[in-house]
Amino acid sequence: MAGQGLLSAHGLTCDFRGFRAVDGVDLAVAEGSVHALVGPNGAGKTTLFNLLTGFLPPTGGRIELAGRDITGLPAEQVARRGIARSFQITSLFPQLSTREHVELALQSPSGLGWRFWRSAKLMRRYTDRADEMLELVGLAELAAVPAEALAYGRKRALELAIALALDPKVLLLDEPTAGMGLEDVDRTVELIAQVRRGRTVVLVEHNMSVVGRLADTVTVLQAGRVLVEGPYEQVRADERVITAYLGAADAAH
Amino acid sequence: MTSTVKSRSEPAGRGAASGLAAAARAPGWARYALLVAGLAVALWLPNGLYPAVAVDILCWALFAVAVDLLLGFTGLLSFGHAAFWGVSAYVTGLVAIHLGLPFPAAVLAGALAAAVLAAPIGYLAVRRTGIYFAMVTLAFAQLVYYVANEWRSVTQGENGLQGVPRELFGLDLTDDYYFYYAILPIVLLGLAGAWRIVHSPFGRVLVGIRDNPARARALGYPVHRYKLTVFVLSGFLAGLGGGLFAVSHRFVSLEVLHWTTSGKAVIVVVLGGIGTLWGGVLGAGIVVRLEDWLSFSGFEAIGLVTGGIFVVVVLLFRRGIWGTASTLARRWWGRRD
Repeated sequence: MAGQGLLSAHGLTCDFRGFRAVDGVDLAVAEGSVHALVGPNGAGKTTLFNLLTGFLPPTGGRIELAGRDITGLPAEQVARRGIARSFQITSLFPQLSTREHVELALQSPSGLGWRFWRSAKLMRRYTDRADEMLELVGLAELAAVPAEALAYGRKRALELAIALALDPKVLLLDEPTAGMGLEDVDRTVELIAQVRRGRTVVLVEHNMSVVGRLADTVTVLQAGRVLVEGPYEQVRADERVITAYLGAADAAH
Repeated sequence: MTSTVKSRSEPAGRGAASGLAAAARAPGWARYALLVAGLAVALWLPNGLYPAVAVDILCWALFAVAVDLLLGFTGLLSFGHAAFWGVSAYVTGLVAIHLGLPFPAAVLAGALAAAVLAAPIGYLAVRRTGIYFAMVTLAFAQLVYYVANEWRSVTQGENGLQGVPRELFGLDLTDDYYFYYAILPIVLLGLAGAWRIVHSPFGRVLVGIRDNPARARALGYPVHRYKLTVFVLSGFLAGLGGGLFAVSHRFVSLEVLHWTTSGKAVIVVVLGGIGTLWGGVLGAGIVVRLEDWLSFSGFEAIGLVTGGIFVVVVLLFRRGIWGTASTLARRWWGRRD
């Protein structure tokens, strides 16, 4: 790996009308690792996420996936190259059933989505696979339920299922346990621990206990810059981090 | 109770035939009954209405379905669809007059011209959403209107294109009654095409894009290209309607390109029910019939009545006539369960 990483950022910068949300971030996500991004609100975590996934064009710097430059590619092409993401605020298709969500994700790499002259029944070729994914995240019973009718925790599980359905090289999860009760948090952590095998995961997370249980490497951001990077225990003990962020969160934990 | 259990263990197709519960969940036979009823009405229509009115309804039905493809199934309000309806009307008229081709070929040429025009307009418009999308489409439609108005050598300006022939291998189609049946297969093909688009893998992606474009992109779907594709398809369908309209009236005036024509198409869809497809057909029937009846009875302010009905429907039946009716029907089936 030689410090290169499967997904890496080099001097990544993003300006919003003079406000620098992400300021020269260097990041190397090692293949097969779970890499957590933490930091106080406004540290630039979500902006960094949007840069890595092509939802925002960077104003400076480079992004590489497996050694290939993907800087400035639009979101759908970044997704095609193997970076799947979930959203901080649940982002689903309200009227589609959970199974239809996963089928849409499974269909994406094929050209089937363009066939306006064919029957939608063709998408049934993805049904078995979709049901497997739903089984994995514990939604098998709810395959026919429209997303808008799901409870919050189940929606988050569906987010994970459709990201996994893309069979990504890198899975980016934006606060997967945000707004969850303790029980759902535990369930989600177990789920991520289960699906991370053989995958690379980048995680934005506020809940430090979740980070502690999942992350191999933690990058602490503050005001758009990398403050500290290292293994969880080491980062947690770092005084700068305690001052900037961990104090409050640790008390809760 | 037994029927519920039974139909669940059976494949959907057979279950629908055997159990009430299955019918309540997916009234398959009800769909076929509706289809048969719709075809029966289509076949009967020129016997119950003035054939010329029936022909207009067919043309507007295609136009409305084209607009609904964008508005209801992609979430894009085009306020400039007269451009495609009208350009196809002119191209159809010119091809029929100057080349003397059978009218279906002329209409096909018109619809293709509309689709070609939809490509650059769509390319620029789909980069915007909401009211900005509507404004871009309106602006281009106005541009097309002024070009047609100025380009008198081709369009005859305000005089309009006169004498568009109803040529079909020498058949006498001057009677609107027979002409109705001559265009019905084309219209049904167009409507079936729209139905197929909505119920295709492509249509499924469109609904996803409509409901959550960011999520669709995160799944790897190029949202702009999908929107452009459906915009061109919609332009083609609107053109099909406009071309038939030109042949049926044997005349093309600037009105086909006027912004009020775009507005009327939107009203027809909203009245019938956005995102229902067949609501557009129903809306076309109601609006065209009503306008004809009002003008025939010498009523001057037609817009006042259609506008009033529009306001009532928008305020009381947000889903439009078809949408409200199908919601009620579904609830009724649900209660019977």
